[in-house]
Amino acid sequence: MREGANMSEPAKTKKGLIVSPIENGTVIDHLPPGKAIKIAEILSLLQPGSVVIMGQNLKSTKYGKKDLIKVEDRYLTGEEYNKIALVAPNATVNIIRNFEIQEKRKVSVPDVLEDVALCANANCISNKERIPSRLYTVSRDPLVMVCHYCNFEFKGEELRLKG
Amino acid sequence: MEFVNRDVVSIKDFARPELEHIFEKAEDMEKKGYDKSLLKGKKVGLLFYEPSTRTRMSFDSAAQALGAGTIWFAGVEGTSVMKGETLKDTIETVANYMDVIVMRHPFDGSARWAADVTTKRATRGFNKVPIVNGGDGKNEHPTQTMLDLYSVQKTQRRVDGLELALVGDLKYGRTTHSLSYALSMFDTKIRYVAPDALQIPEHVTSFLKRKGIAFTKHSRIEEVIETVDIIYMTRIQKERFPDENEYNKVKGVYRMDKKLLSRAKPTMRLMHPLPRVDEITLDVDDDQRSYYFQQAGNGVPVRAALLALIMGAVR
Ligand SMILES: [Zn+2]
Repeated sequence: MREGANMSEPAKTKKGLIVSPIENGTVIDHLPPGKAIKIAEILSLLQPGSVVIMGQNLKSTKYGKKDLIKVEDRYLTGEEYNKIALVAPNATVNIIRNFEIQEKRKVSVPDVLEDVALCANANCISNKERIPSRLYTVSRDPLVMVCHYCNFEFKGEELRLKG
Repeated sequence: MEFVNRDVVSIKDFARPELEHIFEKAEDMEKKGYDKSLLKGKKVGLLFYEPSTRTRMSFDSAAQALGAGTIWFAGVEGTSVMKGETLKDTIETVANYMDVIVMRHPFDGSARWAADVTTKRATRGFNKVPIVNGGDGKNEHPTQTMLDLYSVQKTQRRVDGLELALVGDLKYGRTTHSLSYALSMFDTKIRYVAPDALQIPEHVTSFLKRKGIAFTKHSRIEEVIETVDIIYMTRIQKERFPDENEYNKVKGVYRMDKKLLSRAKPTMRLMHPLPRVDEITLDVDDDQRSYYFQQAGNGVPVRAALLALIMGAVR
């Protein structure tokens, strides 16, 4: 399928302009409205010289409104998929090569988060000393995590990414 | 059931048959006396980052009863810890001299981290040095829970079928949370007696529901005192209340005195993790139902049995 053209859900602004397609890179779609900037920040996409297109409050048939990011010549690592899932559990990631969607992937929160996010318990050893954090997923919807060290259970809203 | 080199971090790491096995060994030691040759030549490190004289002395006498040597690392003043040494570095170093490390530390999760450190160290060709959690912040104190449960079993000759009341600060008190988890492995009825603001938290009750354990919540000891087999009192701390009046109203309600105790069954036993402040009056101490001092004493056989098991001295 051609990127940005024949998609079931073309990304349009209110005035009907299609966010322009990219040749090679990654499209991160179906982000909750207002989350594009946060995702771009987490993935350090806004580097000097990099081509990034961000759409905010675009129309979406599925979710009403959505954010979207397109980044040229940049592909994501497994850990980056995990980070997106923590902020935008319904996001989809399209890998674009030569204007074609080569692969479409849904992000999902992994069973174990190794050193990705912080335990929400301020008195936890993992927040007191520089040690790798480790969280287990108790449930995905709603997102609930539990700390390997202190057994503290907390909701997704309390989750903060590391670093 | 494998105990050798096992870390004792959380009560949830132990299954019912394992707890019963520890209790069987503890009872053996109480009955037959302690065999001083069991841990001869072994060294038990007592790494206490917080003052807890009771726990430290209990572990110390348990280790010494079986012939082990003990080394105290008491307090943090003047040690390398004050100079900013990480827990990992301290554990890596201390593990060189010790066969087992008993640790008390102010941060939640520190015991699991210490156990991870010595497990990783063992992959580098060293012996695994098991970590025994003597209290990690507000998180767990598994040997306290073991001695509590042992005391229940010892006084009633069983745990299944018992009705127990847990009284006082059930919200912040970790002993009542851990004891609830341990009791959930048995067929028990739990009565939680506390002011509304300090009732047992939802994460504990939802766990009990999943396990099918019957529990009820109450605001007065009088509602349960005549039927229960065990009353486990805990201290209500003044700091938990926004104003002194609220605290004063509540503290009298959750106090055990001779008059109230007289309504309990003669076989009921009154427990408390100690230290008590004024939630049990002094005139109760000589009542046959009072058990808190013996309960504390039960820490020695339980901890001795546990040390002997994880060091492979008994099976
Ligand atoms: Zn934690």
